[in-house]
This record gives sequence, C-alpha cells and structure tokens, in this order.
Amino acid sequence: MSKLHVTTKVNGDTVEFLCDPRETLLDVLRDRLGLTGAKEGCGTGDCGACSVTVDGRLVCSCLMLGAEAEGKEIATVEGIAEGGALHPLQKKFIEYAALQCGICTPGILVAAKNLLEKTPDPTEEQVRYWLAGNLCRCTGYDKIIRAVMDTAAEMREAS
Amino acid sequence: MALDSSKTTGFKYVGTRPDRPDGFDKVTGRAKFGADATAPGMLFAAIKRSPHAHARILRIDTTKALAMEGVKAVVTRADFATGLTGENWNILENVMAGDTALYDGHAVAAVAATSALSARDAMKAIEVEYEILPHVTDVDKAMEPGAPVIRTGAADASVPEGLHPNVVRYHKSGHGDVEAGFAEADLVIEDHFVTEATHQGYIEPHACLGTLGADGKGELWCCTQGHWNVQKVCAALLGLETSQLRVTASEIGGGFGGKTTVFIEPVALALSRKANRPVKLVMTRAEVFKASGPTSSTSMDVRIGMKTDGTITAAEGVFRLQGGAFPGAPMEFTAMCAFAPYDLKHVRQVGYDVLTNRPKQAAYRAPGSPMAAFAVESVIDELCKKLDLDPIDTRLKNASHEGTRASFGPKWPRIGLVETLEAAKAHPHYTAPLAPGQGRGISCGFWFNHGGETSVSLAMSEDGSAQIMVGTPDIGGSRASMALMAAEVLGIPYENIRCTIADTASLGYNEISHGSRVTYASGLATIKAAEAAVEELCARAAAKWGIPEDAVYWEDGCAKPSGPNAGDFEPLPIAEITATMGATGGPINGHFEATPEGAGVSFATHIVDAEVDRETGSTKVVRYTVVQDAGKAVHPTYVEGQFQGGAAQGIGWALNEEYIYGEDGRLQNAGFLDYRIPVASDLPMIDTVIVEVPNPGHPFGVRGVGETSICPPLAAIANAVSAAAGVRMRQLPMRPSRILEALDSAADG
Repeated sequence: MSKLHVTTKVNGDTVEFLCDPRETLLDVLRDRLGLTGAKEGCGTGDCGACSVTVDGRLVCSCLMLGAEAEGKEIATVEGIAEGGALHPLQKKFIEYAALQCGICTPGILVAAKNLLEKTPDPTEEQVRYWLAGNLCRCTGYDKIIRAVMDTAAEMREAS
Repeated sequence: MALDSSKTTGFKYVGTRPDRPDGFDKVTGRAKFGADATAPGMLFAAIKRSPHAHARILRIDTTKALAMEGVKAVVTRADFATGLTGENWNILENVMAGDTALYDGHAVAAVAATSALSARDAMKAIEVEYEILPHVTDVDKAMEPGAPVIRTGAADASVPEGLHPNVVRYHKSGHGDVEAGFAEADLVIEDHFVTEATHQGYIEPHACLGTLGADGKGELWCCTQGHWNVQKVCAALLGLETSQLRVTASEIGGGFGGKTTVFIEPVALALSRKANRPVKLVMTRAEVFKASGPTSSTSMDVRIGMKTDGTITAAEGVFRLQGGAFPGAPMEFTAMCAFAPYDLKHVRQVGYDVLTNRPKQAAYRAPGSPMAAFAVESVIDELCKKLDLDPIDTRLKNASHEGTRASFGPKWPRIGLVETLEAAKAHPHYTAPLAPGQGRGISCGFWFNHGGETSVSLAMSEDGSAQIMVGTPDIGGSRASMALMAAEVLGIPYENIRCTIADTASLGYNEISHGSRVTYASGLATIKAAEAAVEELCARAAAKWGIPEDAVYWEDGCAKPSGPNAGDFEPLPIAEITATMGATGGPINGHFEATPEGAGVSFATHIVDAEVDRETGSTKVVRYTVVQDAGKAVHPTYVEGQFQGGAAQGIGWALNEEYIYGEDGRLQNAGFLDYRIPVASDLPMIDTVIVEVPNPGHPFGVRGVGETSICPPLAAIANAVSAAAGVRMRQLPMRPSRILEALDSAADG
C-alpha cells in the first residue's frame, strides 16, 4: 500500500511526513515525528494517555488517522512549556505530587490545559468529569484534582 | 567504630516534601518509558496468541508469514532453551506455549518485521491448528471431581492425598484448639465469600527493546519492577550467561506487582537473535488483559466466634485461590494475612492453590491479602452488628500488639495497629452524620512488607554534590526518598543529590521493587552507603588536621573536631574535602550490599461512607479516610499518594472490576471500556492520616507503605455498602446487577 504525504503543524512547527493510511495520529507523532510524550495506553480511546488537541479540540490521537492531520494544528504535551519555563499546570503537578509513575501525566496536562482555556473557574465536579476520560491508576486522582483547581485559582489571580 | 546515624526524631530533610527529581521530565513529555526507546535498524514484533482456553497445538505453519514483505524472523517454542525446571520452566511455558495452549491469549509464536503494521499482518498470517480440549476457569469447579486436568504432576508435596490434580499447593497454619474456642463463643458466624480476578491496570502496557547477537551478548531496555530478575530469567530462557545480558529499566508507567516477572522480553530477544537486528515489542491493551498476570480469584469460607463483650474466641478460614494455568496463587499470604490484625487464642487457616485455564497470575499490591480482609472483616462487621458492638472498639479489644502471637506464628515486634484504630476513632469522619441511603464501613488490613537483596552505591563529586545509584526501579517517587535519606546523613541539601536507577551492568544485584521494600531496603542501603562516605570524609579531615580519625565527627555537611582536646580547627565543609580528594587518597564513595531482614510490618484502618441507589443498584463512595502506619514518612506527600492510590484500586476491585469469562473460556472484557477502573468522576477526595510507629529494623524507622493501603478497602467498602443496602454483600465486585439481586432476595426473604 503506498504511503500518503501529509503536511500539518505540530506545536507551531510545520511538519511533513509519509504514513500508511492505517497509521493513527498517535503512531505518526511517536514513530515518525519522534514526539513520544503522548502515550498509547489502550489504542481504543478509553484511557486518554494519548490526548492532544487538534485545532483546539481535545482528542485521543489513537482514534484519529495520521492522514487526517492534513492542514490541522496539533498541540501535544511537548508544546505546553515555553522554552524552559513550565506552564502553571506543570509546576503545580510537580508541587502537588499529582503524578506517581507519570505515564498518564502528558494526557492529563493536555486535557486540563484545554479545560482551563475554556473554563477558567471550574468546580471540582467539572474538573472530575472533564478528566473522566483520562485514566490514572496510581494517584486516586485526589492530588490531580487539587493541582488543577489550584492552578485555575492562581491563573485567575494572575490574569 | 562504624558511624551510626539511626534516629527517629530531629530530622532536617527526612519528612520534608521537596519536588521529585523526575518531575520536570514527566510533565514535559521527556521521560522515556518502555515504548519510547528506538534503535538503529530496529524491527517491530507481534505475538500470535491462542484464541482457545485449552487446546493442543497440532501444527504451526509460518510459511506464509515468512514470505511477506519486511518479515525478518519468526520464533516458536523451538527457539528457546530446553531442559529448564521449576519456575523457569513455568515462565517459559507461559511466555511461549509448548505442546498445549493453556488459556485464551497464550502466546504460540511471534514475528518481527520492518514496521509495526507488517508485523501485525504477518502475525495474522501464521497458521495454527488446534485440537480443542475441555477447559475450566472457575476455582471451585476446577477442584471438583471430573474437572479437566490442566496439568498432571504439577502438585507439590504439601498437597494432601485425595484432592483433584488441579490443587497444586496447600497451606495450613494456626494455633490453639478452634473447636474449643468456638464452644466458648456467644455467637458464631460462618459465611462464604467470592472475589473475582482483577488486573493491576497499569496504564503503560508491557514494552521492551531487545538486542541479542549470535555471540550471546545482549542489551535489553524494558519497563519492569526488577531488571536483575529480568536479566536472570531471560538468560535462563534463552540459554545465555546472565552477565552477558545488560538490562536497563525504563521509566515505569505503573506496575503494582504486575511488572515483577517477564512476558514479552524473552520473545523480543529470541527474535533479535534470529534476525540479528534490535526488536521492539509492545503489548496491546487486550494482550495486557489476556496475557499478563492478573490477580487470583477466590472462594473463601470464614468462621468467627465472639463473646457478647466483643472478645473473639476463635477464628477459622479456608481460602481457595486460582492463579491460572501455573502454580503460584498467593494463597499462603491470603491465609497468613487473614487474621493477622487480631490477638487470637484459637486460630486456623487453610489455603489451596488451584490451576485453571486462565493467565498465570502475578503479584498485585499485597498479593492475597485484600481478599482475606474482605472475608474476615465482613464477618467481624456482622458479629458487631448482631451483638450491637462498636466496630472500632471491638477491633481494639482484639488487636494484635507488641508481644502477642501472630495468627501465623511469630511474636509481633513493635507494630502500629492500635495506633491506627485509635486515630481512626478520633477522626471526625468516624462520627460524622450519614445521609439517608448511606452506610459506613470500617476495616483493618495487614501486609508483611519485605527486605530482600539490595545494593546501593554512592559517589561524591569534586564539587561536594553526590550521586546515588540504586537498583530498585522507582515506582512511586523513591528517587526523591533516597535523596532525602542521603541528604540527612551527608548533611547536604536534597537538591545536591542525584539518584539514578542503575542498569544491571553498573551495580550489584538487586531484588525486584516489590513487597513495599524500596524505601525500607534501598533506603537502608542508601543510609549505610552515605555513612561509609561520611566516614571517609572524616578520615580525610583527620589526615589534613593531623589528628586521629575518631577525633572527628560529621555535622551539617562539615567535618568537625570532636572537642577541645581534638584541636582547634574550623569546620571543614564537604566541598573542600571533595575538591582535593584525588590528591588525598582518591575518589570518595560509599556502597552497601546486604539482605536486610528488619522490614517492619504495616497495618491500616480505613473508614468509608457509601451510598446505594436502590433503583439502579449503583453505588458511590462518598467519603473515604485512610489511616496507616508508615513507621516514618520520608516524603509525606508520596506516602499520602500511596495511601490514596491503594484505596482507589480497592474501590475499583470492590465495585466494578472483574475478569469475565464466557462459557467458551474466553475473556469477555479485555479492554478499559468493559473492564472499568475508577475514573476521576467516580471518586471523592481521599483523606489520609499518617501514623508513625517507628520500625526498629530501619535506621530512621521506615516501614513500607505501598501495599497495605489496598488491604482494607474491599472489606471497608463491602461493610459500608452492606450497611447502606441493609443486606450483607458476600461477592465482589458489588456491581449494580449484584446489588439489585441482593436487594431482591432480601425483600423475598
């Protein structure tokens, strides 16, 4: 099967790649573009470890084909920090120990950032339901929810 | 005189909450996990698996697969070592089936190709002809006369005569005369309990990248809880010399016991040897469910006698565990943990390890203990209810403490069960009012904790900073804990220490990160290694000052003369000593190797409020409090995290999670959609209380904390749900259909 040529933007940079029509966006990010921040936990859209945004919309990159990225703007965990300066969410996740093993962390950060962009003052229930598509097996979510809530409060104060 | 930095109070660094050293990498996507490694010329692999629960393999035809574009190698059992015995044979048989496929998902062949998609296509083109055999997946049915025999001659000498050949190990322990004890009771309750198999549910599937040459030398990168064990087992399964295989542990995306053994690593290496190229092998989620190591399912009978004042007069339990098609279900731990919280005059526990056509079980966080607590603590709860007794007071009345005899034999050293019960009783949660439809449950739980073979090496740098090499993969923030303990001894800031998980070629042998042993054993070894470095630092200062070594002591990162008689010298900071170490005797290092045996046991008490919807049968945990003895919390935030994580896994086990097998012996729910682990919207905040009863076996009093947190939840939640529903729940998970059945039968009844 011949490969498809795709041009897209990832974290602001224009990239081109060839991919098999069956390859997912996650396969492309990880195996063709070397961006291994997004993780494959299930491959069926159940765990959220591969979360990225496509034109600002939160998606599981394992459920989208690489070929569908043509002309889109993709944002991954690698693009959250600005240079060496961590995003407030990243700082709070470290400070609150909102991660143990860290495999779900990239997806959760992408999802939480997307939430705060739309909903700067979420309730605990809103955070819990927004992140319900991101499985974490280590933390029991307690410190994750607190970190997101506290980041939201801090970002509101700063703005 | 060897330096001794033992203490239980007056810490400067231990007990603080600094940022973890791997935090930056993990929030930026830089951290490299099992599937994140690549190598030049790398191939991708896929494993062909049996779709049958039990089937003889008549023929494997790889011709079509090998003829496909990009396919470089196919392996079957013939490509692995022969003549293995004992557990190595079991592991090989599990990694790649021999004559018979023993469960749905059992590996029968594997292929390596130039892309992941080609490997998967080629895997599908491997043809396997089977003769289907009768199967059994249920523990009770597997013990019945006439049940299909999974393997003849698998039973060891512990098994009494007359039992089905599927019973492969047997355990019996206890003391006193239980019948005499039951005769003294005012009320005896006996009940039957069932729990389903659950999976550790780590989010990172097993993944590895292996390179092995025809010269017998290899490199392996994998996500594992114990890379020396991977090295040892892979070498055996491939017929290699252990030291010729270097294994590097990646960052590990969760393990909880499930990454303590090997599943795919030997396969990647065998393919690499055949193709002479590096081979990457990553499990799909369905493969993780079907062919890694879930926990055992159980069938249990527990009988307890109590006086009207709450004194337990006797206790007895029978625990049947299936662990898949191989021996190893942790039934002796189930039996030994069952009554451990209680000081009993008459106690007896029996365990059966039973083979079924399911995947080979692996450890899951305090293996065997949570199920035991579910059965025992449910019966105690029922006794308290019938005798109108307070559940915490009753447990306090019977609680094990220092000097009492454990149900499985030894006398307890200093333990903290009473302290956790008292802290739970004093917690506002215990007396908070409940809303209609809610119930409260409590439970105690116990785990042994473990020491194990441990090596640690510490090296001073010329600028006075230090690096520590440990061999226990960091599964919960242990690099931070090691650095805190080293900082305490060296007297230098936490930030000046870097802790690395060394590969197998860079450090001596280390047992797996299991048994909640890391903060205890690697921590103890880190302290001893740091002490050795401090002794040398003091010796260099003594030489510089021209005074005896024993006239120098170490404080706040400086060598100091021990008193006026030693001489009048300004304190010598660590960086001044290390700056010249090359000229004053050479590099300053410290190392420590041992098998520490003073791992302090750990107890916990959990309080849960649950709400039951009587129309839908759905259950919600509305409040949760964990109280657990940590001995000494080195990094309290991470200790809290272990408490919360264990509770959350317990909530999943109690309410939702189960392996569901069809009549055909196939797993029906091999995915996160149908095997539902708790999501953020399922859970409340999880409150924690850290109790600190120092472990006399650790210099700073540390006890392992990782596993005990999953011991009480099944029982505590079942007690809460039973109270809310008004009917005793004896089977897990308490999914809505089961709650509705229980409510219906109670109404009928």
